Parts: sequence; C-alpha cells; structure tokens
Amino acid sequence: MKPKSIDLSQNPHAGGAVEPERYELFNGPLYQFDLSRRDFLKSAGGGILVLLALAPAETGEAAQERRGGRGDLPRDIAAWLRIDAQGAITVMTGKVEMGQNIRTSLAQVVAEELRVPMDTITLIMGDTDLTPYDAGTFGSQTTPIMAPRLRRVAATAREILIDLAAGKWQISRDSLQATEGRITHPESHRSIGYGELTQGQDITQTINDDVSLTPAEQWQIAGTAVPKVDGRHFVTGEEKFVSDMKLPGMLHAKILRPPAFGAELVSLDTKTAEALPGVIVVRDGNFVGVAAPTEETAAQAVQALQAEWKTSPQPSRAELFEHLKKTASRGSSPFTAGSIAEGLAAADVQWKQTYTVDYIAHAPLEPRAALAIWEGEKLTVWTGTQRPFGVRSELARAFNLPEERVRVIMPPTGSGYGGKHTGDAAVEAARLARAARKPVKLVWTREEESTWAYFRPAGVFEISGGVQSDGTITAWEFHNYNSGAAAIRTMYDIPNQHIEFHPADSPLRQGSYRALAATANHFARECFMDELAHAVKMDPLAFRLKNLTDERFINVLKAAAERFGWNGKKSTSERGYGLAGGFEKGSYVATCVEVAIRPDSGEVRVVHVVEAFECGAIINPVHLENQVEGMILMGLGGALFESIDFENGRILNPRFSRYRVPRFHDLPRIETILLDRKDIPSAGGGETPIVGIAPAIGNAIFNATGQRLRALPLVPKGLKAAG
Amino acid sequence: MPTITEIDVNGKIYPIEAGSDRSLLSVLRNDLDLTGSKYGCGEGQCGACTVLIDGTARRACITPMSATVGKKILTIEGLEQDGKLHPLQEAFLEADALQCGYCTPGMIMAGVGLLSKNLNPTPEEIVRSLNGNICRCGTYQRIIAAVMKAAQALREANP
Repeated sequence: MKPKSIDLSQNPHAGGAVEPERYELFNGPLYQFDLSRRDFLKSAGGGILVLLALAPAETGEAAQERRGGRGDLPRDIAAWLRIDAQGAITVMTGKVEMGQNIRTSLAQVVAEELRVPMDTITLIMGDTDLTPYDAGTFGSQTTPIMAPRLRRVAATAREILIDLAAGKWQISRDSLQATEGRITHPESHRSIGYGELTQGQDITQTINDDVSLTPAEQWQIAGTAVPKVDGRHFVTGEEKFVSDMKLPGMLHAKILRPPAFGAELVSLDTKTAEALPGVIVVRDGNFVGVAAPTEETAAQAVQALQAEWKTSPQPSRAELFEHLKKTASRGSSPFTAGSIAEGLAAADVQWKQTYTVDYIAHAPLEPRAALAIWEGEKLTVWTGTQRPFGVRSELARAFNLPEERVRVIMPPTGSGYGGKHTGDAAVEAARLARAARKPVKLVWTREEESTWAYFRPAGVFEISGGVQSDGTITAWEFHNYNSGAAAIRTMYDIPNQHIEFHPADSPLRQGSYRALAATANHFARECFMDELAHAVKMDPLAFRLKNLTDERFINVLKAAAERFGWNGKKSTSERGYGLAGGFEKGSYVATCVEVAIRPDSGEVRVVHVVEAFECGAIINPVHLENQVEGMILMGLGGALFESIDFENGRILNPRFSRYRVPRFHDLPRIETILLDRKDIPSAGGGETPIVGIAPAIGNAIFNATGQRLRALPLVPKGLKAAG
Repeated sequence: MPTITEIDVNGKIYPIEAGSDRSLLSVLRNDLDLTGSKYGCGEGQCGACTVLIDGTARRACITPMSATVGKKILTIEGLEQDGKLHPLQEAFLEADALQCGYCTPGMIMAGVGLLSKNLNPTPEEIVRSLNGNICRCGTYQRIIAAVMKAAQALREANP
C-alpha cells in the first residue's frame, strides 16, 4: 500500500498542474478471483433469465474511436455534443454528478456558448459506452478542464451552425446571429432553428481550439443562479439511485466479510445457507458471497455460512503514529529553498512542534452499491463511482475481458467525497451475477462501507520554524508522514524552506478524500503559523499579511476578517476567535471562526463561521455557496470529533451510533463571501473550501484557553479530555 | 412467523405477504417499489428512511411490519397531490436545500412531520426535530431555511 513519492518542485501557484490523485492508484482490489476454478453453486432452480434491453449503445470500432482512449480525447464535436432534428441538445461527458451540481454548471456553459435555453440541454454523464473517456471526477478538474472543453465544443458548433445558415441563405455569416437556439438574420427577419439546420445529423467537424469564447463579463446564463437540473425528481423521491434500481429476475447479494483485514479463509461450510430457497453461494479465493431472491434471504444465508479464518496481527490505533514514523521513507524530491540553518540563525525565535491527524471515513449516506448483468460475454454494471472508466478497467481485469465488453453506467449516487474511486461493489456484484446467470444487486451495509472502503489517510507532521521579532519568517521546515503531498507547500514568502513528504506503511486501506491531504497540511501549517505569531506576540492576521504578497490570498483573508469583525474581537476563557487561510487547486480560502466553550463540561461549539472563497469567475453562485457551506460542515466533523478507531485489523466504530458525523445541532451560523473574479478562469469549488475550518477552530480554541491542540480531531471527547 | 397481509401506504391499501419482523423499509422498497425512502444505516441513526406513521416521523429501517398494522403510512411518494408539490418540497427547491439528494426524501418527511404538529417552528425547534437526520453534504442551514419557508407558506394557505 506504499504510495510513490511526489515531485514537490512544481510551483503550487502555477495552477495548471494538478496533483495526481496518487492514493487511489495504489489501492489494490479487495479480492483476486480465480475464475478458472469451478464455482460451487446451487442453481436457483428453473428461473427464467430475462434479458434486459439496454439503451442502445454504439459498438464497433468507429464508436470506440469517437469516444477516444486514454489521453487521446476525441476531437470530433459529435463525440461531445449532438443536436437532434427538434433542436434538443445532448452533451456527453465522462464526468459524473454527485451533488456538486456539475450537471447544472456544465449545461450552463454549453447553453451560454451555444446560445440556447437551459431546458433544451440534456447531459449524459459517466456512461462508458456513450461518453468520451474520462479519468474521473476528482481533483476539482471539472470546472477548469471539462467546462472550457465543452465551451469550445459548443462555440465551434455555434459557428458551424452560423456557416450552415449563411450557406443556406447565401448571405454573409457576419450578418447572422445565434440566439435562443436559432440562427437569425435581423435585417430580413428570417430565422431557422438549430434542429432544422442539422436535421439531426452529427456535426462531424473538429473542435476549434481558437474559437472565440464568451468572456465571463458578458455571460447571460453562466454566472447566474440557475436551479439544480432535475431538482424536482430529488424532492419527490422519483430519482433512482443505484441502490434503488431493479431488473427483472434480479437477485440480492451479501458478502461474507472476514473478521479482520487480510484474513485468509481456511474452511467454509455452505450447507445450511444453500438449503435456503433460491440461494447461490460463491466462493472464489477469499471471496465468499451469496445471492438470493430477497434481501432478507440473502442476509439469512450469509449468516448461516460457517467460516473459519486465519488472521494475523496488525498495528492498532494506539501505535498508529509510531508505526507511520517507523515505516516512513524519505521523499525522493523535497522542495528546498535557501538554507534552513541560515534561516534559523537569522531568527529571534525558533519553534518546533509535532501535529497528527487520524484516519476518517467519507461516510457517504448511500453506501457503495452496484447492479450487474451479464448478457453473453458483455457485462454491464450500474454503480456509484467517481471513476466509471477506472471501474470498467477494474472489471475487465477481474474477469479477464477486453474493456469494450464492459459497460459501466453511473446513475445518481448518495455522493462520494473522494470515497468512491474504486469499484469494489461493482466487482463483487459482477462476480455473483456471473455465477448466478441473473442480474445481481449489491448494496453495502453501513458497517461494510465504514470498514471495507478506504479512509482519509492518517498522518504525522513535524514542523520547525524561525521568526524575527518583527514577524518575518526566516525558516520553514515541514515534514509530512503518510498523509499526502497535496497543498504541502507554504503560500507564505519564506526565503529558507525544506518541505518533504514521506510515504509510509498505512495499517488501513487509505485513499482520496475531498481535497486530499490539503486539509491535513493546512491544519498543521496554519496552526503552526498561529504558534509563530504568538511567539512574537503578533496578531495572527497581521502576522500572515506580513509574510504574504499573493494578492488573491490577501484579498480573501481581508474579506473574511472584515465581515467577521476580526479586529474588534476580544476573547474570554469561554469565547475564542481563530482564522486560517489557504490555497489549493487554483482557488483561495480564508476562514474565521468563533468557538464557545462550556467551562463545566469542556464542550466546544463552533458558533459562527465566516468564510471567503475565490475561484476565479463563478459559474453558479448559489450552487457554489451551497458547496462552501457544506464543506464547512463536513470539515467541522474531521476537525472536532471524527476519527476511525481500529484494533488488530478490525474497525471498532463502523456505524453512525459510534462514528459521529456533523448533525443539525453542530451547525454554526455560516456566512459565505464569494469573490467573483471574472478576469480569472474558473477553478473548481468542491474541495478547497474545506481546508480552512480545522486550523481556524484549533486557533480559536487556543485563543480562548491558551491550550494548543495539535491533533485532529481536536476535541472528540471535549476540551477537558484533550491535549 | 405471522404474516402481514396488507399495508396502508399513501392512502392506498396494498395486499402484501410479509413476515411480521421484516422491516417496513424493506417492504416499501422491495415489495412496493417505493424507493424514495432510503437505506443509510439500518440502525435508526441517519433518518434517510424517515416516513410518517399516523402522522409521526418514524424510521422505517427499524420499524417491524408488525408495528404497521392498522396504521396509515405516508412516504415521500405520497406527498405530491395532483401534480402539485408539497410546500416543503417547493421550499427545498427554492432554498437549494440539497446537493446529492440522497437524504432529501427522509429530510422532507421529517420536516413534514414537524410541520404537521407545529406550523410556526423556531430554528431551534427545527434543529431539535431534525437532529436525527444526517445530510453528509452539509446543507443543514438551507434545510432550516426551507422548513421556515414552508411553514410560512402553510400558515398563509391556512390562516
């Protein structure tokens, strides 16, 4: 499970370079199948296999070429956008919708460039047979990369439509306008709909990379608060999530999980389980699963299995940080500038501290789920994943199939937050469906989701710094063990730096989490910045501004501080004020927090949050505001109380009754300030707003109590038990 | 195991055949295809499966079928009347009180349960009443705004 090292020498401010989602690449599958074995299975007995007529998918080489392979995206407009004879527009993208509302924002930018009403656009998202290849929906890449691509597609199409009309009417294209889905010739009052022009035929021209795009200052549809596409289906319960789907003849699956990670199956008695009506048991290596006509029978069957497992000792939560330090390797390419020794020599105060962060769970409200069907040698799986094409590869590998025989479709999912990159449930459902020769649906239980998915990495941080009495930071040394390299570089102007990420052996399966390690790195960095400010008796805001020249960062800090009334705040032992700021993936955030502390119980409550966020030109202000608010809440859980507890290969708190996530009563008053920079290309908004809340809370607790908490979560059992 | 043979959901009596210890959630989703009520935890901790039983918000995942006999059950599917959304459904859309939407049906049913007893709830009462419903996307502030908005609409409709 060791990740490879990361080159930190890239300028974090360059913007274009997106940090690879490195962890998900290194999570091996939960099971290795040995398909040459004969399954021992009991036939469901006389059931008629009902083949499902899938929506017609294109097959053959031409379609394959059109959809493009890895790193070779189609240049053909028709691969991305089609206009039917009635003028209805279909846009195809491998990106997926999980509540971040890109179904809306991508439609907005297409509507903008194509000059059509929003309701004429339908997006097909994350269907490996219908959409061009896409690596996945992560890393805040949809807005900076997919949106401009679709804008160019739509703008090129618009220009082609104008050419078509000019040709048809034999007049100059310069006298024509594209508006409301029609090409019009104002002088003669003539107009023609897009559908009439294309007659539903594909636009086969290539995307023009130099086509003129509508500047953000002139946006009419993009940049506005367009309501959520399909919102009505969500509030009526009509929307079908993966776990809601059903196929004729479908069986329900349950998996027999080992008692601990890495356990080996020694023996299995399936007799009682197989005696239940319609039950199929599949054993393949360490994989044991059942499929049955009803959920209840499947649960009964899996309970009736008698299994003996061999487990081996593993590191527990109590020795986690020691284990990470012990197994850490040197980062191959640390970022360095100047000389730490000289920087420390020039400082009036030297300071050194260790921070830690625990593993946390994504806990998406809809656990992983998949519905699989085999039709001959073609496998189709509906599953909630952030990487439909990645899951297609996982399935192709697991079943030794060429990728074109696997179709992965992504219906709505009860979100992912970086936690649904792998296709575990898809592979398991497909394995059972193959044996059962019927469609099989698998919905993980909450316990499975909280045990067998993967976790936000834990980490240890060793930081030392030197600062002069006027607040100038002269030295900055930062070591991150295991947590990850995202946003590890400091945004402050420090002449002498050494920044290094050390991969380590993770006792738990770990992977991407919203904003990756940016949350942990910002926590350690921004709390340590407060420690340095305190060391030279400076106000935390003034101290940061003293060491900053990045105008966008300064803007968000000032905007948040001003709204919050930072300069007028006076702390007491029961009220504290803290701030933190950050930069990641092309966007900037600053967070001010007020905490209330109950002296009797030591309970810490976040009562007020002001967050300023800037991600260039805003495509949908309401949806962005919603994202920012949501991330403050999500980040608050990891900051205050979320932590995965584990012992010897077992998760001890895999349920909501034992793993606390933020609820209504944790909600502070939230004020969001969105700085709309129409002069700057839009960056994604679904990650960076989460990074400020944890350090701001830690700093606020210190402000009230003088107690510096250096571990996430900060107060899982209240302040009295902390530190 | 005694069998339950009918269930009253959204004003309609459905003939069923379900063991009395089966969960109401499983019957709604698997037998009646009413999949608006969601599974989130199976232990009554997240509220994704919230339905109204005789007007009171209950967790369908921990409600055995035996507890539904002679009771009227209202699910998210029964809220819309003659193509007209319930004011709380409208308010959720207006306040953009959802992201992924998975908690939304349970959230709305919990909110309707509250509004059926209190047409003038304070934000604190909404927090207390909905605290058992989890939204992992963190839209709590907007959900409170939506409930307040719906309460106002309901008061205006029934002065």
